[in-house]
Amino acid sequence: MINSSLKELSAALAAKKISSRELTQAFLDRIAQLNPALNAFITVDAEKSLAQADAADKRLASGQGGPLTGIPVAQKDIFCAKGWRTTCGSKILSNFVAPYDAQVIERFDAAGVVNLGKTNMDEFAMGSSNETSHFGPVKNPWDRLAVPGGSSGGSAAAVAARLAPAATGTDTGGSIRQPAALTGICGIKPTYGVVSRYGMIAFASSLDQGGPMAKSAEDCALLLNAMAGFDTRDSTSLDRAPQDYTRDLQQPLKGLRIGLPKEYFAEGLAPDVARAVEAAIAEYKKLGAQTVEVSLPNTQLSIPVYYVLAPAEASSNLSRYDGVRYGYRAPEYTDLMDMYKKTRAQGFGAEVKRRILIGTYVLSAGYYDAYYLKAQKLRRLIAQDFTEAFRLCDVIMGPTAPTTAFNLGEKSDDPVAMYLSDIYTIAVNLAGLPGMSIPAGFGANGRPVGLQIIGNYFAEAKMLNVAHQYQLATDWHTRMPEGV
Amino acid sequence: MEWETVIGLEIHAQLSTVSKIFSGAATAYGAAPNTQACAVDIALPGVLPVMNKGAVERAIKFGLAIGANINRESVFARKNYFYPDLPKGYQISQYELPIVEKGDITIQVGDQEKVVGITRAHLEEDAGKSLHEDFHGMTGVDLNRASTPLLEIVSEPDMRGAAEAVAYAKTMHSLVQYLEICDGNMQEGSFRCDANVSVRPKGTEKFGTRCEIKNLNSFRFLERAIEYEVARQIDILESGGKIIQETRLYDSDKDETRAMRSKEEAFDYRYFPDPDLLPMKLSAEMIAEIRKTLPELPDAKRRRFIQQYGLSSYDAAVLTATKAMAAYFEDVVNKAGAAHAKTAANWVMGDLAGALKRDNLEITHSPVPAGKLAGLVARIADNTISGKIAKEVFEAMWNGEGDADAIIASKGLKQITDSGAIEKIIDGIIAANPDQLAQYRSGKDKLFSFFVGQAMKATQGKANPQQLNDLLKKKLAG
Repeated sequence: MINSSLKELSAALAAKKISSRELTQAFLDRIAQLNPALNAFITVDAEKSLAQADAADKRLASGQGGPLTGIPVAQKDIFCAKGWRTTCGSKILSNFVAPYDAQVIERFDAAGVVNLGKTNMDEFAMGSSNETSHFGPVKNPWDRLAVPGGSSGGSAAAVAARLAPAATGTDTGGSIRQPAALTGICGIKPTYGVVSRYGMIAFASSLDQGGPMAKSAEDCALLLNAMAGFDTRDSTSLDRAPQDYTRDLQQPLKGLRIGLPKEYFAEGLAPDVARAVEAAIAEYKKLGAQTVEVSLPNTQLSIPVYYVLAPAEASSNLSRYDGVRYGYRAPEYTDLMDMYKKTRAQGFGAEVKRRILIGTYVLSAGYYDAYYLKAQKLRRLIAQDFTEAFRLCDVIMGPTAPTTAFNLGEKSDDPVAMYLSDIYTIAVNLAGLPGMSIPAGFGANGRPVGLQIIGNYFAEAKMLNVAHQYQLATDWHTRMPEGV
Repeated sequence: MEWETVIGLEIHAQLSTVSKIFSGAATAYGAAPNTQACAVDIALPGVLPVMNKGAVERAIKFGLAIGANINRESVFARKNYFYPDLPKGYQISQYELPIVEKGDITIQVGDQEKVVGITRAHLEEDAGKSLHEDFHGMTGVDLNRASTPLLEIVSEPDMRGAAEAVAYAKTMHSLVQYLEICDGNMQEGSFRCDANVSVRPKGTEKFGTRCEIKNLNSFRFLERAIEYEVARQIDILESGGKIIQETRLYDSDKDETRAMRSKEEAFDYRYFPDPDLLPMKLSAEMIAEIRKTLPELPDAKRRRFIQQYGLSSYDAAVLTATKAMAAYFEDVVNKAGAAHAKTAANWVMGDLAGALKRDNLEITHSPVPAGKLAGLVARIADNTISGKIAKEVFEAMWNGEGDADAIIASKGLKQITDSGAIEKIIDGIIAANPDQLAQYRSGKDKLFSFFVGQAMKATQGKANPQQLNDLLKKKLAG
C-alpha cells in the first residue's frame, strides 16, 4: 500500500477496501517509526489528521468523494493551516499557530484531502540542503549521510521514504525540483501565478510558486488539479479557466521536439549525472522524440541575478517578523530598538540573516541602480533566452542538479558552492516558467539523479504527459530506498 | 533684508472607501482598538494585499478634477522602515510612477486668483496608531487605521506665505469633498497637511534650505506653524546662521515647531516595486467612465455664480466653498426667483450661516430649509416686510414657528405701506416733539434719525422704511 499510486489509493477508498482513517493511521505509524531518524516532519498531529480522515470517510460513504478524498498529503511547513503550528522552519515562528488557511490548504480541504502533518524545510525556504532549518537537518532516505536537497527537503524525504503518499512543496529557485531530484521523486513547479500564494509564507514574492511532490507524474497531475486555481486574494494569481492536468497524460510522444541547452551539459556537470540524463534522453528518442540543441546564453548570470532579487524581496518580506504582534520575541530587552535587534538576532538563522543583509544592501540608496535595477534588466534577458529556445522545441530537458545529493555539512560553510547547486533550476523561476524533475536513475554513489523538464508558459499538461510516457517505459520512479 | 517665503504642501486625504485599500476590513472611525484589523492588516505570515478598486477610482476622479495626467500604468512600491504601528515593516505607496501627475488648482487669496501646481498625487496605505498613554510606561498599538486608503497630494513650491498656503489647503479641502472622495473631517485625521517651508531674499531665484513641518491637522495650526517657522528661519539667517534641512513637528500647545530628525538622520526607505502587486494598468474606457461622474467643480461653479447671479467674486467664493452650501443657495434662488439672488446670497452668508455656526449645525441639517428661506426672501422682495423685520421672522422660523407667511400673519408683522397712515403717525410725532423740530429746522440734521426712530417705535418697526424716510423729510422741511 505504501507504494500505491494516488489513483490506486483512490480506487481502494472508493471501493471501501480501506478507510481513510486506516490509510492515515498507517502513514502516521510509519512517521512515528521512521521520522526520528529522517526528521522529515516538524509537526505531526495525529488527532487532527484522523479527524479529517473520519470526515473524509463520511464523505466517501455518502458518495460525495472526489479523486483525492481521504488521501493523506504532507504539507510543507510554509503553508498556513488553521490551528496548525506553522513555523516556516524558523525559530522566529516556532510558536506561531496559523489562524487561517492558505488557499492551497483550503482547496485540499474542499477536495477532502487529509493533512498528514507539516514537513521540515530550510528556514524561510532559504537553502538547498535543508540544513538551515531551525528544527535540524533532514536526512536523505537513500543515504542518511546525504542531504535531501532543499528547501522542500522534508516533503521530498517524506515521499521518498513513503512516510506520505504525496506532499506539497514550494519552489523559488529550485526548491521543489532539486530535492525531488536528490531523493528520486517527482515534483513540478507550475507557471508563476497558477497556484495561489495566499497563505504561503513569502520568501521572494516574484519567484515563489507552490506545487506537488509525489512518486509519479500522474500523481503530480492529480494533485495539481486540486492545488491550481485563480484566487482573488493573490493579485499575481492568473485568472484562467480550470484545467485538467491529467488530460494529455496518454498522448504519444512521437514528433516531440526536445531542446537540449548546451549550457546545461557543460563544465560543472558531474559525469555520472550526465550519463543518467543522456540515457533518459536516449529513452525519449526510442519513444519517438527528437532532440535539438538550444542555447540559454545567460544561464551563468541566473545565480548572481537571483541572489540580488530574491534577497531584496526577502529582506522586505521578512520585516514583519519583529516580535511585536506574533511569533518569537526576545525574553529580555531594554527598549524598542533593542527588542527588534535581539528578537531578530535570536530568531533568524545565519543563512536568513545573510540574505536579509544582501537584500538590504542591494536596495540601499546609491546601490539600487547598480544591483536591483541591473538584475531586473538581466532577468528579462534570461526570460528572453527561453522564448528563443522554445521557437525550436516543445520542451527543454537537462539535469535538475549538477550532482547527486552531497553529504550533510559538505557545503554548509561555503554558501557560494551551495548556491551553485541551483544553477539549472533558478533561471526557470526568473522566467516564471514551469519546471519539473523526475527520477532518471542513479549516480556512481547510488544516489538518485533527476531529469529536469522545462515547459513553455502553461505547458504543465504537456510536461506531465512527457514525464508520464517516460514513466510508462521505465521504472526509476518506482524504486524505493532500502531500509525504509 | 526683505525675505520671501516659499511653501509647498503635502496633503494626505483619506479616501472615503468602505473597506481598506488592500484588505476587506472596514475603515469606519472610532471602533474599539484592533477590531477593524484583519489578517492582512496585521501582516500575518502569508497574507497578500489586493487593491481596492474604489480607491483607484477616487484617485482618478481627483486627477481629472485638477486637469492632471492619469498614468495608464502606475506602480506600487514598498517603503521599508521598522515601527510598531507599521505591521509589515513597510508601507505600500507609490514612488516612481504615481497614478496622478502634473495638475493645477486655482485658489483665491483676497481678491486675487492664483494657480498652484500639483506635482503628483499617489495612492498609499496609512499606518496604525501607537498609543503612549494608559499603558503604564508601555506602548499600545491600534491597527484599525492600518491600510486605510490615502491620497497624498503634493503641490509645487508655489505658495508665498501662510495666507496662500491656507487658501490652497482650504480649496483642496473643498475640492475633495465636492468630489465625494474624502469626508474632509480634520478632527478625525481624514485630511492632514505637512508643509515644506523655506525663505529666500526677495528677488532671488534659488530656493532656501527647507524644513518639513508635520502634524498640521487644522487650518489654524497650518497658519500658525508656518508663521512661526518663517520667523524662526529669518531669525537664524539674519543672525548669520544656516538652516538645517530637517523634519519638524508643530506643537500646538506651545505654538512652536521643533526638530524631529535631520536629513542625515533620515531613513533610507529602500523603495522598490512591490512584487505582490502587479503594475496597475488603467484603460481609457475606465477613465472616460469616471470623467462622466465628475460634478461641477468649485471653480467652475464660482464663475457661474458670478455670471449667472451677478454676485461678487467674494460672495461667489463663499457660497461655493462647500457643495452643500452652493446647493442650498441655488435652491433658495430657484424658489424665490433669480432676480432676488443678491438678497438670497446675503441671507445664506449672513443670518443663516451665523445661526448655523451658533448652533453648530451643518447646512444640510438647517432648521430653516431652503424653501422656507426662499419664502422669507420673497416677502422682503415684495415689500411685505422690511429687512429688519425679516430678522425677527427668520428667528421665529429657526425656532420652528412655521413659514414666513404664517409668522408674519400671526405676529402682525406686515409692513405699513399706506401713506396716509404713515403721515398720521409722523404728524403726531412732530407735534409731540416741538423742541427737536426746532433744532432740526435750525440745521441739526442729525436729529433726522431721532424722528425715524420715534416713527419706527410707534409702528413697531413695520413702517416701510423708504416711504417713512420720504414722508418724514417732506414733513420736517415744513
